Amino acid sequence: MRRFAELFESLDTTTSTRAKIDAMSGYFRSAPPEDAAWAVYVLIGRRLKRSVGPAQLKTWLLEESHLPDWLVEETVGSVGDLAESIALLVPSAVGAVDAGGAAVDLPLSEWFESRILPLADQSVEERRRHIVDWWHALSYRECFLVNKLLTGALRVGVSRSLVTRALAEALDQPRVQIERALIGAWNPSAGFWEALTLNQGNLHVAQPYPFFLASPLDGDMQRLGERGRWAAEWKWDGIRGQIVRRGGVATLWSRGEEVITDRFPEIIAAAAALPDGTVLDGEVLAWRDDRVLPFAHLQQRIGRRKLNAKLLREIPVRFVAYDLLECSGVDWRPRPLRERRAALQDLLFGGGEVLTVSPLIPGATWDALAVARGEARGRGVEGVMLKDWDSPYGTGRQRGAWWKWKVEPFVFDGVLLYAAPGHGRRSNLYTDYTFGVWNGATLVPVAKAYSGLTDLEIQSLDRWIRSHTKEKFGTVRSVEPCQVFELAYEGIASSGRHKSGIALRFPRILRWRIDKPAAEADSLANLEQVLASSAHGA
Amino acid sequence: MDATDLICVTAAGLYCAVGDFHIDPWRPVKRALITHAHGDHLRAGSERYYLAESGAALARQRLPPDAALVPLAYGEPVHFGTACVTLHPAGHILGSSQIQIQHGDRTWVVSGDYKRDADPTCEPFAVLPCDVFISEATFALPAYQWTDTPRVAREILHWWVTNRARGCASVLFAYSLGKAQRVLAELARLTDDRVYVHGAVASMVDIYRQRGIAMLPTKPAASLEAGAYAEALIVAPPSAAGSPWMRRFGEHRTGFCSGWMRVRGDRRRRGYDRGFVLSDHADWPSLLRTFRETGAGRILLTHGYTDAMCRYLREQGVDAAPLRTEYGAEE
Repeated sequence: MRRFAELFESLDTTTSTRAKIDAMSGYFRSAPPEDAAWAVYVLIGRRLKRSVGPAQLKTWLLEESHLPDWLVEETVGSVGDLAESIALLVPSAVGAVDAGGAAVDLPLSEWFESRILPLADQSVEERRRHIVDWWHALSYRECFLVNKLLTGALRVGVSRSLVTRALAEALDQPRVQIERALIGAWNPSAGFWEALTLNQGNLHVAQPYPFFLASPLDGDMQRLGERGRWAAEWKWDGIRGQIVRRGGVATLWSRGEEVITDRFPEIIAAAAALPDGTVLDGEVLAWRDDRVLPFAHLQQRIGRRKLNAKLLREIPVRFVAYDLLECSGVDWRPRPLRERRAALQDLLFGGGEVLTVSPLIPGATWDALAVARGEARGRGVEGVMLKDWDSPYGTGRQRGAWWKWKVEPFVFDGVLLYAAPGHGRRSNLYTDYTFGVWNGATLVPVAKAYSGLTDLEIQSLDRWIRSHTKEKFGTVRSVEPCQVFELAYEGIASSGRHKSGIALRFPRILRWRIDKPAAEADSLANLEQVLASSAHGA
Repeated sequence: MDATDLICVTAAGLYCAVGDFHIDPWRPVKRALITHAHGDHLRAGSERYYLAESGAALARQRLPPDAALVPLAYGEPVHFGTACVTLHPAGHILGSSQIQIQHGDRTWVVSGDYKRDADPTCEPFAVLPCDVFISEATFALPAYQWTDTPRVAREILHWWVTNRARGCASVLFAYSLGKAQRVLAELARLTDDRVYVHGAVASMVDIYRQRGIAMLPTKPAASLEAGAYAEALIVAPPSAAGSPWMRRFGEHRTGFCSGWMRVRGDRRRRGYDRGFVLSDHADWPSLLRTFRETGAGRILLTHGYTDAMCRYLREQGVDAAPLRTEYGAEE
């Protein structure tokens, strides 16, 4: 653990990319294989199934800190991180020691395998006893880290690509190879690390490929050259996924690298007809009466614990394929899109409704494409995608070959009603805002937003919130309703769970309308009108 | 507020009616009693400033040349109207004072900013028994608990040495008055190496040296050729971060000395490589300990996490209330 804690410290105390890569590759070269495997697991953001939740930890913190509940709440709100708050508030030792008083240093893998993972099979009392013991026995730094590992998210400012760069340097292997091996399901173990170092990776039978991602386009088509160089498709708003059909089995992966096979049995049934050694990239969409349904429907399919016949009937899905990544067991990613797409069309031709090819948008000019994009909203899609006909299928977000050209978002003016402190680097600042619109003479909350303001605006708004607080509810403050913000959102649906009766998709702040009085903010009626007129609101 | 209170808040600042003077006023007044020379406590425009003799040179540096200063010795009683006023060390920075006001059988103390930790650059905090203690509350949350200063000084030195070994400069941000000198004095116990300082820090260092405070040898940060700083430690005010002034240092790491660095998110938001938890304010346990030791029956809080501390004290049966002042959260 000490070695990993030192790695964490080095990563956490520099903003230099080079220094971070050096720190990681140094660790990967020197750590025992099973520790290195666990470190990769944690650093790329993999999470264990949690056996204790934050609410549970907070309860124990309340008991162990000997402080009033509200003060602990206020402190956690201000610190903006529960794991860190525990390390700050629970009186801790200098570090773990054994019975003879010598410092104990359990390897990272041991921490996971003989301490954290076994929590899953313990009673709540046992879990409490162990975890609270750790809090008291560990130094501040170790206590913070163990809490982070328990709650699952160790954010230390390294991206996945930074980790793969460090691995590539430490193991002297091409990055693509590393990327491929880290996709999908794998167990952190000495065996995994060995396979990684021997360049065998962990290519199990259902291994997907890293997804290729598009970059946003600002609308300047001239840079792209001839329209004819580009394939244009609709930008579907569903779940990006890969169907991997190998070894007689079909597996559906989400872009979050989770297996979602059991959520979509009809897609798996259709995929059974694919030849072995096929991998498709595409989008899972809810689809009924020849139309795509809003994303909210698809969420029901993911959210339910058990799928029943009624849900399967009411929310049918299909897989709209974009690309062919593997054909007859051969990696086709290096081939040009032109070739991959032709083969994809041949493959799925006449194959039924559940597996289809994402259609191309016709039109020989950029102007024609702009007109088509104008129809996007009516079709229930987010905009258009442009893909270079000659491009290979890349990895991650490499600019140049794939572009997304989204439709303009919906906008409305909302009044700031509540503010709560943010997390992580926004700790101790009020950055989580709730906005309302007019319903008659009262303001009703319709959206929460966290992003869109500059650091300077956040600081200035934070000061304003503190000096214009009406009431405090725990860490949330209600403020005088006079600050107006322009907000953007991607879609609207009716909702029984919200007081306003509507739910907005991906709301975020566009501008602080200092020029606008609260009375001129939007009304709920305006939003309901958008709901009614959006082609197929839920 | 009680009509018989010795001190109340007016539009100009904390005001003592029986003595007809203000304490750390934020608007110009006739008689200003000053706790210390930081900008939010010492503002230009008042007719006459009363402050600790050891802090007079600092105030002179920060006020217009014609400002009228009346230096007072710690412990020397002065009469204003029917009030008797005495200054006592607050341990915040050089020349920082608590202001003790006695009237009839009542004693009030205004703490200004203070800390209880040892500091080689200033006189230690004096505990003053009183009826009412008007305190700061900058770090009045239990998350804020300081590590001992010698350990932090070693961390800073270790950071400098590590950066030096990598051939890159170490730029340490610290408030130009107080914190910078404290760091230089603490480091002087561990090394003799020269440190480069920003102009704003240098002028304050000179005044500290004139008071006989031992610090590491310093040179102006502008004295080397650009790029010749590869092994240097540079001490600069936080306002210099990200400015063109920084370019001369070539490859460098940044650190910030502040109590706010106790919280990781705060450091990450400000974008420093390293945070060193070193504060000139009282932490949570020190605030509580001080309230207890003064024996004050009533605590009034001027700035910082006043609401949290008030509620906590009231739940402990202590009479506590916030005061609305314009003092800042900077250190």
